[in-house]
Amino acid sequence: MNAIHNTNHTGSRNSPPALDHPQLANIFTADQARAHWHDGALWFVRQKRDRMAKAIPEWEELRSLASQIKAHALANLPEYLELFERQATEMGAVVHWAADGQQHNQIVYDLLKENRAQRVVKSKSMLTEECHLNPFLEAHGIEVVDTDLGEWIVQLRGEPPSHIVLPAIHIKKEEVSETFHQHIHTEEGNYDPTYLTRQARHHLRQKFLGAQAGITGVNFAVAETGGLVICTNEGNADLGVSLPNLHIACMGIEKIVPRWIDLSVFIRLLARSATGQPITTYTSHFHGPRVGGQLHIVLVDNGRSAVRSHHTFQEALHCIRCGACMNTCPVYRRSGGHSYSNTVPGPIGSVLAPAMDAHKHHSLPYACTLCGSCTDVCPVKIPLHHQLLAWRGEMAERKLIPLSKRLSMKMGRIVLGNSLLFRTGGWLARFGLRMLPKWLTHHRLNTWARQRDLPIAPKQSFRALFQQRKKRHQD
Amino acid sequence: MRVGLFIPCYVDQFYPQVGMATVEVLERLGIEVDFPEAQTCCGQPMANTGCLDDTRPLADRFLQIFSGYDHVVSPSGSCVSMVRHHYEALFHNDARLHHLSEHTWELCEFLVDVLKVEKLPVRFPHRVGLHSSCHGLRELRLDACSERMGNQHSKVRRLLAGIDGIQLVDLKRCDECCGFGGTFAVAEEGVSILMGVDRIEDHVASGAEVMTATDASCLMHLEGIIRRRNIPLRTMHVAEILAGRNWQ
Ligand code: SF4
Repeated sequence: MNAIHNTNHTGSRNSPPALDHPQLANIFTADQARAHWHDGALWFVRQKRDRMAKAIPEWEELRSLASQIKAHALANLPEYLELFERQATEMGAVVHWAADGQQHNQIVYDLLKENRAQRVVKSKSMLTEECHLNPFLEAHGIEVVDTDLGEWIVQLRGEPPSHIVLPAIHIKKEEVSETFHQHIHTEEGNYDPTYLTRQARHHLRQKFLGAQAGITGVNFAVAETGGLVICTNEGNADLGVSLPNLHIACMGIEKIVPRWIDLSVFIRLLARSATGQPITTYTSHFHGPRVGGQLHIVLVDNGRSAVRSHHTFQEALHCIRCGACMNTCPVYRRSGGHSYSNTVPGPIGSVLAPAMDAHKHHSLPYACTLCGSCTDVCPVKIPLHHQLLAWRGEMAERKLIPLSKRLSMKMGRIVLGNSLLFRTGGWLARFGLRMLPKWLTHHRLNTWARQRDLPIAPKQSFRALFQQRKKRHQD
Repeated sequence: MRVGLFIPCYVDQFYPQVGMATVEVLERLGIEVDFPEAQTCCGQPMANTGCLDDTRPLADRFLQIFSGYDHVVSPSGSCVSMVRHHYEALFHNDARLHHLSEHTWELCEFLVDVLKVEKLPVRFPHRVGLHSSCHGLRELRLDACSERMGNQHSKVRRLLAGIDGIQLVDLKRCDECCGFGGTFAVAEEGVSILMGVDRIEDHVASGAEVMTATDASCLMHLEGIIRRRNIPLRTMHVAEILAGRNWQ
């Protein structure tokens, strides 16, 4: 893995470790019924995705094409970004460049201040979550309302999203009802989703009408046209930028696709992979500001250039944030998005988070059985489980894994590196397992055996049996 | 044809019957297997932890021991994938590795791809659930993967389906991971157990009497949960069924 040495700054930020994934996951799995319910809800989405993908005979070709287009776009990213800027500017948009989250937040705030905008509606944008825009604006006295229903629910509850496409997937309808009752005074105990959605709609309508600016994310930015594409199911992005005069679109620099026609690949993959829909209800194209309005586009790096220059991890920037790797991940489904302590959870989050801060997120590459399902489901063919394995190499090299783990691997190497030691060790283990009382081999400190029995140890190893058999055959 | 038998370390010590079944299957097909005594472990546990410095000496050892064979066969998809796909990162342009990675086979894949076996003359009159171990499935492509579309090969399933009397049950989730994952099983105990329990329940609900897999490691984890909870389900490695072992 020599490629890993050629960047020093990938993940070199040094915050204290977040709570480890296993600790948070164990809390989530302790409520088994809930973990099962969560698993089932996401598996349902994965199955919908399967049915949709199956209906497209050229599905695997589409994935390859998408991956190639992204690879090309990233290889030529500076040129495409500049082309995009020229084209967008030509149509009357203003393009801003932000090196990191802080700059991004400042740019957005300055724009709002200039335009005296106090009330802002925001449609779904993982980038603004990543930059922690909401708390920043709120600290400056600006009201920001997330208008995606799921995001609004988590915003009311003061939680981060637990999934990038389904932000409130971890919350049951009864809990939504309680939250709404508390915040917008819906009937107590009314769990009817239609009722709750209508109330939310009514409430959000007022916010839309009173908004002085609309912030959106971006799904695709087309270099050759300077146009933006925003996909939603609720139409909230469209409403949010049609009523106020000021539209601020925030995007990571990896959202660029070269040509308009490339959308024909990505639009087909995105919703099918994400929610098992043929297409999102709204796929809106924005070419410059609307008459009398302003369109500002903020291009954000925030660590992406470092990932791009990294031989092993650069493909992670292909990601179109469809969430399919989360829906398929057997660990994510049972541990919940919050167990990752990162805006983007699941397999892709576990690749990207350490690239921002390896120290803080050292446990994420290990929150994975290396089953490989994510790699096969990903519409842009990011080799996710290989990248997670590569991260483990990085973690070990930077000594970011626990000493106990490092020592046991060293021990393993010594014992397994010598056939006499191996045979003796194996014999001792088998002998011990057969002879020692169960309470001594299956105690609480033996994590394997807390909820699992150890194997029944055979008297003889394979090699002994094989020798005997050979002898018998020779005699 | 010189065939070297590669028996993963934990199979050697804890599941000798899986190794013996592998020998019998191959010998019945006229293959004489050699078991190089010096072998220990391919280094996968270290590699999957990221400790490449601890992996290299083991991989190097493996290469020395097995380089001389025409083919190397193992009853473990996971360990074969380690050699075939992950040794590359440890050795640069080593001609021995080139030969070895192309000639190291998981048992079923060796039977189907090299020996062109269509059907094995054994009987197994039971309802069987096939647990598709992940590395065999998604790194060696031993069977169709549910995430992928279009035509795909099926090796393990086809071999099993050809056995007299066998009834392969339909699972609700045909290829979900069991939650073993090496050190994951211990480091992420909560999720690991839940995944294992879910797999077992799927097999039981589908009417399986026996759960089989290409990797004894998955079965070690699943069997551990089954025994702890007294669940009426037996585990057998694919090699044991292919060798015509009886239900005990
Ligand atoms: S990594 Fe792939 S599957 Fe996961 S969110 Fe991104 S595009 Fe979707």
